[in-house]
Amino acid sequence: MARVVFEHVTKRFGDVVAVRDLSLEAFDREFLVLLGPSGCGKSTALRMIAGLEDPSEGSIRIGDRVVDEVEPKDRNVAMVFQSYALYPHMSVRKNIEFPLRTRKVGKEEREKLASEAAHTLGLETLLDRKPAQLSGGQRQRVALARAIVRRPDAFLMDEPLSNLDAKLRVQTRAELVELQRRLEATVIYVTHDQVEAMTMGDRIAIMSDGVLQQIGPPQSVYEKPGNLFVARFIGTPAMNTVTGPVVPEGEGLAVAIASSRVPLPAPYAKAVGDAGLTGVVIGVRPEHLTLASEGLLPATVSVVESLGHERHVICRLEDGQMVIVRQQSSEPAPGEGSMVRLATDLHHLHLFDVHTEQRIEPA
Amino acid sequence: MTFSGDSGTLGALADLGEADEAEARTPRQRGKRFGRRRRREIGLAYLLILPSLLIFGIFVFYPFFRNFYLGFYKTPPFPGLPTRYVGFDQYSNVLTSQDFVDSLKTTVGFALLTVPAGIILGLLLAVLANQQLRGVGIYRTIFSSTIATSVAVAAVIFGTLFNPVVGLLPWIGIDPKPPILDNPNLALFGVAIITIWQTLGITFILMSSGLQSIPDELHEAAQIDGAGPVRRFWRITLPLLSPTIFFAVVVGSIFAFQTFGQIDILTQGGPIKRTNVLTYFIYKTLRQDSNDGKAAVLAIALFAITFVLTLIQMRVLEKRVHYGR
Repeated sequence: MARVVFEHVTKRFGDVVAVRDLSLEAFDREFLVLLGPSGCGKSTALRMIAGLEDPSEGSIRIGDRVVDEVEPKDRNVAMVFQSYALYPHMSVRKNIEFPLRTRKVGKEEREKLASEAAHTLGLETLLDRKPAQLSGGQRQRVALARAIVRRPDAFLMDEPLSNLDAKLRVQTRAELVELQRRLEATVIYVTHDQVEAMTMGDRIAIMSDGVLQQIGPPQSVYEKPGNLFVARFIGTPAMNTVTGPVVPEGEGLAVAIASSRVPLPAPYAKAVGDAGLTGVVIGVRPEHLTLASEGLLPATVSVVESLGHERHVICRLEDGQMVIVRQQSSEPAPGEGSMVRLATDLHHLHLFDVHTEQRIEPA
Repeated sequence: MTFSGDSGTLGALADLGEADEAEARTPRQRGKRFGRRRRREIGLAYLLILPSLLIFGIFVFYPFFRNFYLGFYKTPPFPGLPTRYVGFDQYSNVLTSQDFVDSLKTTVGFALLTVPAGIILGLLLAVLANQQLRGVGIYRTIFSSTIATSVAVAAVIFGTLFNPVVGLLPWIGIDPKPPILDNPNLALFGVAIITIWQTLGITFILMSSGLQSIPDELHEAAQIDGAGPVRRFWRITLPLLSPTIFFAVVVGSIFAFQTFGQIDILTQGGPIKRTNVLTYFIYKTLRQDSNDGKAAVLAIALFAITFVLTLIQMRVLEKRVHYGR
């Protein structure tokens, strides 16, 4: 296995910049997830590692080798596609053996390796079937077997779970991580599903508009989103973000939301004051908001969504901004249309510059 | 709720609203009701196919059976005399005649010259034009342009090109004697070249659409799996293109057996009957010899040969076709 390094990689398609100045390293044996909405450049980045696209600028290394001039077939990476890309005219066995055949591995060795890969993924009984005779989950496992059979330097996975149904996806998620640990593989995994990213990745790299927004372990990205995009993208329901001007409040500062004032804790007030910001975006995760009579912000409950184990209370603030509160279903449910007050522990606040959208760290 | 009748899904769905009512009836009553409904549906189905049945009947089935019947009557040597019933004798006489055997050989030779070469050329051009290159659209248009050319136009163009005085060959310094279309050994090749050229457009389009229906991801997967361009073509492209190729072989063979225009315009079956393919033979028998009975037998024979050939192709070739999904 090997590390994969992007060094100032840019990819243009005509006038469109798909990936902009990407510098990133997937460590040896790491499960790195590239996460972002569709069109953010994550798949393009993956395809550049495979050699299916050439960088317009910058360079890519796999292990210690610069691969910019290396053909895909000589890069020693394996890729699992969203559609699985199984060869429909070949049996499962032939599909798994294909990468070995192209590398002229002898028949005996080939059969041995293919059987091992099939065994690892529990495909022994399906070896003589054609892909069309398999279920989605089985096809996905064949694609994985074809990838692992030749022990590549890195595995590239392009949304491999998105064609599976929800239940199978959860199960396969865990199996994939298990497989990665067992093979001690370097995996670069592309997805738009933040739950997949959070649950599978050793680290996640969040991309938007071709630009790397933040990279880090899932929990730290969740707890300290580096900018407004990451804050809104990670977490379900998404983080509540409310914009307001900064106003003096006693000796400190506060953010004015309609007729209310949210006082900023001193370290934040200092940071905001030092930067001379006139407006900020306040972020609070839905689970950190509560409905309490002593709450700071008045709001009207517009919809209550029950998920069984929990409840999402969707409220409108006085100025119309929408806020979601996550409640345990054991808590009393507010009536739709009722007036409530929202409270939060101020140390759960996230603060972002309204112009640069970057996170403001307390001073 | 159970449906005892063997009504179609639509019938069953339409009946859902009346389900409670149906529940109250005995199975026998229900069976009767569905039986009536089914009969109504069948009636409607026949009514809907009636127009096409009528058109096929008038223009295909009736002429076909009439033709078969004509084959039983010997046409008299002089017009005005009555036709004579000879039954299957005419069939056996015509089908064992040297003329027919020669014509059949010519036709088979013509098909062997045109079909494989046409498909290989069409595939080659399609593979070339399937690249993502700037300006490739111009080539695609050029390659498919012969689809807009009629047989007559193609024949005239090539007739001129092959012309020993004003044609292309003398211009580039080749002066075949006798001229290609007058040379008993080359005339069939000449007509075959015209046919390949004329059908290249449709073959190209067919192969291109076949190539484009192969997902890019399969090529990419094969590329990453270590396959170079040649291996990808043989191991991925060709097997996945096999349904298209199979279709092209079957349809191309049928077309080849029905070739007429270029022969009529350029060689009239000559020289010394070397391009006397079956359709032209039928035409000559009917129009020049005015022998309706013999022409009818030849037409039936052409139909039977094409039919059997297609069946054989389906049996033999289809085994090698991968329909994939």
